[in-house]
Amino acid sequence: MSTEEENQTVFDVAAASMLTEELRDVFASGKTRSYEWRISQLKSVIKMCDEHEEDIADALHQDLSKPKLESIVYEVLVSSEVDWWYVVQISMLKNSCALAIKELKQWMMPEKAKTSLLTFPSSAEIVSEPLGVVLIISAWNYPFLLSLDPLVGAISAGNTMVLKPSELSPATSSLLAKLLPEYLDVSSIKVVEGAVSETSALLEQKWDKIFYTGNGRVGRIVMAAAAKHLTPVVLELGGKSPVVVDSGIDLQIATRRIIVGKWGCNNGQACISPDYIITTKDYADKLVDSLKKELETFYGENPLESKDISRIVNSNHFSRLTKLLDEDKVSGKIVYGGERDEANLKIAPTILLDVPRDSLIMKEEIFGPLLPILIVSEIEDSWDVINSGTKPLAAYLFTNNKKLKEQFVMSVSAGGVAINDIAMHLAIHTLPFGGVGESGTGSYHGKFSFDAFSHKKSVLYRSFTGDAALRYPPYTLGKIRLMKALMTSNLWTILRTLLGLS
Amino acid sequence: MRSLCVEPFQNFSSQLPFVTVLWNSVVDTGARRTLTYCSPWKTNHKHEAVLFPLPSRPIRKSLCICLSSSAKLPVMMEEKKKTFDANEAALLVKELNESFRTGKTKSYEWRVSQLKSIEKMVVEREKDICEALYKDLSKPEFEAFVSEIAMVKSSCKEALKELKHWMKPEKAKTSMETYPSSAEIVSEPLGAVLVISTWNYPFSLSVKPVIGAITAGNATVLKPSEIAPATSSLLSKLFEEYLDRSAVRVVEGDVPQTTALLEQKWDKIFYTGSPRVGRIIMTAAAKHLTPVVLELGGKCPAVIDSDVDLQVTARRIVAGKWQANNGQACISVDYIITTKDFAPKLIDALRKGIEECFGTDPMESKDISRIVSSNHFSRLQSLMDEYKVYNKIVVGGQRNQKELKIAPTIFLDVPGDSQLMQEEIFGPLLPIITVENVKDSIDLINSKPKPLAAYLFTNNDKLKNYFVQSVSSGGMAINDTVLHVTVSSLPFGGVGESGMGSYHGKFSFDAFSHKKAVLYRSFSGDSSVRYPPYTPEKQKLIKAVMNGGIFNIILALMGWSRD
Repeated sequence: MSTEEENQTVFDVAAASMLTEELRDVFASGKTRSYEWRISQLKSVIKMCDEHEEDIADALHQDLSKPKLESIVYEVLVSSEVDWWYVVQISMLKNSCALAIKELKQWMMPEKAKTSLLTFPSSAEIVSEPLGVVLIISAWNYPFLLSLDPLVGAISAGNTMVLKPSELSPATSSLLAKLLPEYLDVSSIKVVEGAVSETSALLEQKWDKIFYTGNGRVGRIVMAAAAKHLTPVVLELGGKSPVVVDSGIDLQIATRRIIVGKWGCNNGQACISPDYIITTKDYADKLVDSLKKELETFYGENPLESKDISRIVNSNHFSRLTKLLDEDKVSGKIVYGGERDEANLKIAPTILLDVPRDSLIMKEEIFGPLLPILIVSEIEDSWDVINSGTKPLAAYLFTNNKKLKEQFVMSVSAGGVAINDIAMHLAIHTLPFGGVGESGTGSYHGKFSFDAFSHKKSVLYRSFTGDAALRYPPYTLGKIRLMKALMTSNLWTILRTLLGLS
Repeated sequence: MRSLCVEPFQNFSSQLPFVTVLWNSVVDTGARRTLTYCSPWKTNHKHEAVLFPLPSRPIRKSLCICLSSSAKLPVMMEEKKKTFDANEAALLVKELNESFRTGKTKSYEWRVSQLKSIEKMVVEREKDICEALYKDLSKPEFEAFVSEIAMVKSSCKEALKELKHWMKPEKAKTSMETYPSSAEIVSEPLGAVLVISTWNYPFSLSVKPVIGAITAGNATVLKPSEIAPATSSLLSKLFEEYLDRSAVRVVEGDVPQTTALLEQKWDKIFYTGSPRVGRIIMTAAAKHLTPVVLELGGKCPAVIDSDVDLQVTARRIVAGKWQANNGQACISVDYIITTKDFAPKLIDALRKGIEECFGTDPMESKDISRIVSSNHFSRLQSLMDEYKVYNKIVVGGQRNQKELKIAPTIFLDVPGDSQLMQEEIFGPLLPIITVENVKDSIDLINSKPKPLAAYLFTNNDKLKNYFVQSVSSGGMAINDTVLHVTVSSLPFGGVGESGMGSYHGKFSFDAFSHKKAVLYRSFSGDSSVRYPPYTPEKQKLIKAVMNGGIFNIILALMGWSRD
């Protein structure tokens, strides 16, 4: 792919430190703070997407639908699922940019705040200011969107930044490294490619914010590194996102939405794709039947041959997934699928019914095309099942029962929740997207992206008039009394004290 | 040490009331300064609690019976319980998580009841609280009232008034792609949270975050600072008495107890204190992916332009420095920047202001707090005595080690590389740096780590704008000091070295809540566009939908395309 890249000098701590220093100088010059700079960069991102749609699509194909063993030459037999998703990714990114361009003036405007009697006369506002130099470390599963969507936030907020795309999606990584300097202000927006050693070099530097998308293990490393410099972090992690399926629903639609949310989302390799299903005993068979039927409609009789499904990203993940499938406790529970093709890194959509709770597949995040179904006797028992695990990034419920919806929203803690659909909550920019507990810290999308990369500075304006001797020592009894009255807003006492009665 | 020594501790048969007596009598006789030495549980040796009352004061037997809360608890803990270790911390967290899981802390009623109890506690025990603050810091009643009691009361009041509103899910607009649907942002409690507070405002900096945690519906552990022992043990006692023990707890102690607590998995840690410990807290939190709020300090500058109302400016600086716990406050003025020509006038005005407030001999004033501990006293002393600065003192400079008092002290033109200008002062010393042009001050401020607060005194609107635009700090007040913390509609928190996250008012509720995005859809309005097999037509349509152009959508639906 990019042999020239590899010949370059290694990116070490010294290089990283020089890079951040350079960015710090640029930030200090103030140019990234201007409205004009931010808009021009956002517009360039859109332009880049428009002019390089094909290249982006190619890179995504290379990273996610073609087995690595094959040559890099463009192939005709590409997965149309990736086509589909590159459309979605590019569109989502362009939407983010368009929204930011439209709203930026509004977002940047200081927010007026009410002041109290205590500080009268005064005015107050909350000013959003850029943090400085920020680091974005993105992931491989949506390598384009998860790199550039945070970047749009960092730009909107007026920061200088470094993007470290994932080395597990090398084509997209090097495309970003090529395109960003071409379209964006190279003095304030940098791309550093690389794996662990480059990331470690970057993490040793002092950043003003680190935005990481990935897994909890690395998330801990990132946060611990950030702690050394008191750098705030946004961690976008994953988790086992459950789907609770109640009876009495439109089963076909529910099933289709589950399928699209699971296998249509990068073949389950998405942080918000359903990890497991919980349903009642009586309903499980119906659900499985429906899933089988719709899966066949979507992907045909032999899903390993389907163009509409992604492959597993690499052989490490492939063997991790086969290990989950081959565990003694679960290997007999497969009710659909189970086929795999190691040479092409493909695993068919696989459904497992009634797996034991202590199996590996129910303990770790699956992040692949396997879907276990748990059975409970009452649907309300699902709350406990979910809450006994760590908090997921998303939780889903299919039901027509209003009360159940309410209960679910009140008692299940998750980054986000979608009722009667999968994954769609992330398409709504008025909703913050982010995890809680094990699924992450902080959120983004829409204005929340701007906020994630801003500091909210509170500013109180006063004049020299209205200075009361009351505030200052020596503290007489009268002053204490009046202050007490003032602070409790007891007008009557204030009046009386001022009049000298008491 | 030059005073009566009670040692070893267990030789006294009636040690508990006796300790109390010492405490109370010392307070009663006015020899408050010795109390810093009276912290039996600070020494880690179990049976070597040492007390040093003044020898000149007789111990009055009549006081033997009045048990002071402040002394009783820690001593008892030391004697009867074994130390609070990781096992106990784990048990505590388990217990709190169980309470949380029952859902009781989530209810509106529980939150209101706890807030009301805090209100009640503050009203009923105002005297005890002031006394404890006096013991720990000689905090004047006025200051104690304004910055501790009233702050807590108004937080409670606001939370009680607004809670219903805060808890209500916030409607969010939905977009075309998900039509038909509705969406909302639901604020939910995080779970079990840890609040670690500090000694300079030991009451309000403990209770205010706890109010936030309760308002948001969490189970809470408070670890008050061991450097303000009287307040720490009072809090422990009062919380037990007034709040729901199953969900709100106090753990007293210092490093080992804090370490034991930090090993546990919390759903949020709220820490107030120094950047050094802040780093430790965040590193510990990283192990469990626990989000943190760090309320730290920093060198808060005050820039003073030459066109100001000098008297008002001087008074407000005095208020923001020596009246703020004698400079021992995270947002008190750390240093002043002004122009060369203006500096002499400013110093005169400050001198006058200090005299008006604290009299000709501020060492005798009752309206000023003392230095919290002998450690801090000697730290401040070494700042003062550095050879680069000791001859720069223009006002004050008096100190009394015995009483842990340092007078308001002003330095003029100290070098930038002096200790005084390198570390956070956190005491009554105030260096003044002079610049040629007042605008130069902005570069000076920006060359240092970001402070928690920055102040500017000017009548020049252009300068105000420039200052707000170019100086980065947690918060700011223009033409005043400190007062921005009292405005509950403003978030209070730092940036960079001065911390992360914020609180006060609704921001406290938000700090302890997770904002859960919820999308509601129905089974109608399902379109096959979303589902495989993905045909080129479908791709075109989704592109059109996502790009939001109605015209494109119609075109795509009709099978045409502009491409």
